[in-house]
Amino acid sequence: MPIQFVFLWTDALIYVLLAVVSVFVVYAVRHEHLRAPWSQVARRPLAMGALVVLLAYVAIGLLDSVHYRERLAKQDQYAAEVKSLLDTLLQPLRTRTERTYSAPFAIHAFTSETVDKPDGTRERAYPRLKYGGAHLATADERAGDIGRRTARALGTAVLVWLLALGVFVYWRRLPGDDYRAAVMRFIRGGERIPWRTIWATTGVLLLVLSCGVYLSPYYHVLGTDQVGIDVLYKSLKSVRTGLVIGTLTTLVMLPFALVFGVAAGYFRGWIDDVIQYTYTTLSSIPGVLLIAAAILSLQVYMATHPESFDNVVVRADTRLLFLCAILGVTSWTSLCRLLRGETLKLRELDYIGAARALGVTSARIMTRHLFPNVMHVVLITVVLDFSGLVLAEAVLSYVGVGVDPSMESWGNMINGARLEMAREPMVWWTLAAAFVFMFGLVLAANLFADAVRDAFDPRLRR
Amino acid sequence: MLAYLIRRLLYAVPILLGVNLLTFALFFFVNSPDDMARIQLGVKRVTPEAIAQWKAERGYDKPLVYNDKAAGLQRVTDTIFYRHSLRLFAFDFGRSDEGRDIGYDIRQRMWPSLAIALPTFLVGVLAYVTFALILAFFRGMYLDTVGVVVCVILMSVSALFYVIGGQYLASKLLHLVPISGYGGGVDAFKFIVLPVVIGVVSGIGGNTRLYRTFFLEEIGKDYVRTARAKGLSEARVLFRHVLKNALIPILTGVVVVIPLLFIGSLIMESFFGIPGLGSYTIDAINSQDFAIVRAMVFLGSVLYIVGLILTDFSYTLVDPRVRLS
Repeated sequence: MPIQFVFLWTDALIYVLLAVVSVFVVYAVRHEHLRAPWSQVARRPLAMGALVVLLAYVAIGLLDSVHYRERLAKQDQYAAEVKSLLDTLLQPLRTRTERTYSAPFAIHAFTSETVDKPDGTRERAYPRLKYGGAHLATADERAGDIGRRTARALGTAVLVWLLALGVFVYWRRLPGDDYRAAVMRFIRGGERIPWRTIWATTGVLLLVLSCGVYLSPYYHVLGTDQVGIDVLYKSLKSVRTGLVIGTLTTLVMLPFALVFGVAAGYFRGWIDDVIQYTYTTLSSIPGVLLIAAAILSLQVYMATHPESFDNVVVRADTRLLFLCAILGVTSWTSLCRLLRGETLKLRELDYIGAARALGVTSARIMTRHLFPNVMHVVLITVVLDFSGLVLAEAVLSYVGVGVDPSMESWGNMINGARLEMAREPMVWWTLAAAFVFMFGLVLAANLFADAVRDAFDPRLRR
Repeated sequence: MLAYLIRRLLYAVPILLGVNLLTFALFFFVNSPDDMARIQLGVKRVTPEAIAQWKAERGYDKPLVYNDKAAGLQRVTDTIFYRHSLRLFAFDFGRSDEGRDIGYDIRQRMWPSLAIALPTFLVGVLAYVTFALILAFFRGMYLDTVGVVVCVILMSVSALFYVIGGQYLASKLLHLVPISGYGGGVDAFKFIVLPVVIGVVSGIGGNTRLYRTFFLEEIGKDYVRTARAKGLSEARVLFRHVLKNALIPILTGVVVVIPLLFIGSLIMESFFGIPGLGSYTIDAINSQDFAIVRAMVFLGSVLYIVGLILTDFSYTLVDPRVRLS
């Protein structure tokens, strides 16, 4: 085997999540009561555009969730370094590190250094970068070179996009359509699913991707950070962290919220009291403080048990998982309260009474009759919480109780760039990159979540 | 009313006890005081004597919950749990791991926190309600649609961006106010303005949209139609009828946070260098001062419970149908 796969805990949970989502999709397609609201979501242009962007982020995140070690050339063993598929794809970005800061598209370093000249004298100068624009002879060629490469990138993107679109239109043609009619029907729109929006979003993403592919091997498109790492690489690596925090937190908390919330509402009495007491206690602790307390404890635990966390990647991964769990503990209470209220309403309905009269066990009533009927509450909460969690990660990492400092995340990028604002001239690109990437994900998630809520919330349904 | 208050306060005791047990378990069962001492002392100076001394200085050398060497009641009282956790109920926060009096620090630092948090809160609520009312007034129109889109965009921006961008714009580019710091008296004003503005702006997207849905929910109800049928102007309907009835869901979210204003905001205070409780907590987290974190967790829970009780009382103020009993 040339490679040895490494399964991190979060990887495994991501695969589980992927499986759950796939099963749910198949289930939803087969059941009319779920298909109807989803097709309502699918008719919203804004939501479908957002979905395309979300899927792009998810694709990056999934590529970054397949970890392995490479076999070393000579020895009969594997490298200690754990890499992901994304690392391999971005190999040129990953390895081409400069000495320190450089601005986007710069070919000279950001800070001046003392250089020895051939005639023995010394002077302060901005040295050329090792990789950024290394193929250029002089700085004057830069604008033309960037222009040519961008034009080539745009051309390729448009060509690929048109080809794919052509195939799509051909595939969607109605019987008896000639070529012209099929194209006109696509341009006019008015179909149930807003294909035009989907294709427009895909086109924009393709343009961005193509520019990245054509330009990033020759320049540091988003500059480099303090230790010379390409900021584009860091931003892309952070996608997985953001997605993991947004999704796994929900996955971790969901079973507890679901079982406890429904049980409290269904059984009432002392079970209700105990569960209510538990979630009131947990929610009365301010979230940040509980997270801080838990993360501090974990840090101490890791410091005193170094043997279990020998690998940097494993340590960062454990901390990420723990952060998800503790974020889950703090965010579970509101969902639990909602589910309890919903179950209290449902348990008085006739069909539950009938099931009980027929001798159906409580466990079965809960799983067969109550869970499916509170699922819309769960779904709405999950999609609405996602963007908040992604934003929370940045704040927590800034406070120092977020993900491991060695892990790439937007919060860590912002945290690291805090002092760069004070520099003259200012180092703005790390901050800007982190904010823009985060904004893209959160905005898409918010737009999509809105559509899902509108479709599934019975109070809003018409 | 009084009976209700007493019952609610009694109900708070087991909750606070639970909070205490939880933090106690996190800090003393998951990690022993020995571990804490090692972290605090650093790798180089770890000797058994140094650890023992560190623990003795802070009173962590006692048994956790039960002291079998002591006699009588001391078996329970001469323990870490009693001395460090149960004392919190008397608001006796003890000393930080550095040796400072936490209670004194809190009393000193809550005023700067309040000076930032209270204006932010008041201006914020006023602004959000106003904007939401404007959107509700123009519901279904072009302005409303644009407003909602702007809200979604604003709420998708990280709070950190507002802080960093605002600091850059107001202090570095325009030189309007100092970039950070805090001063007493009239001087405080110039330090307070920027954090307050940024605090209000960062909440504008989410809250305006939320309040707008509250208003729209009320606008669809029968009594609003009746009010319109009586011939009231739309502005009067909104202010006299819709606003009053939408206050209940707004109060639910708003009143809870009033007591928590004392604790301040972690990000704001650390970015603007304000010597309040928020930056106090951040410093404690960064220097791994567990005693302060424990005290702040307890204080936060107490204030949250006070907020819940206040919420119930605020309902009676705006809705005469609600009676506390």
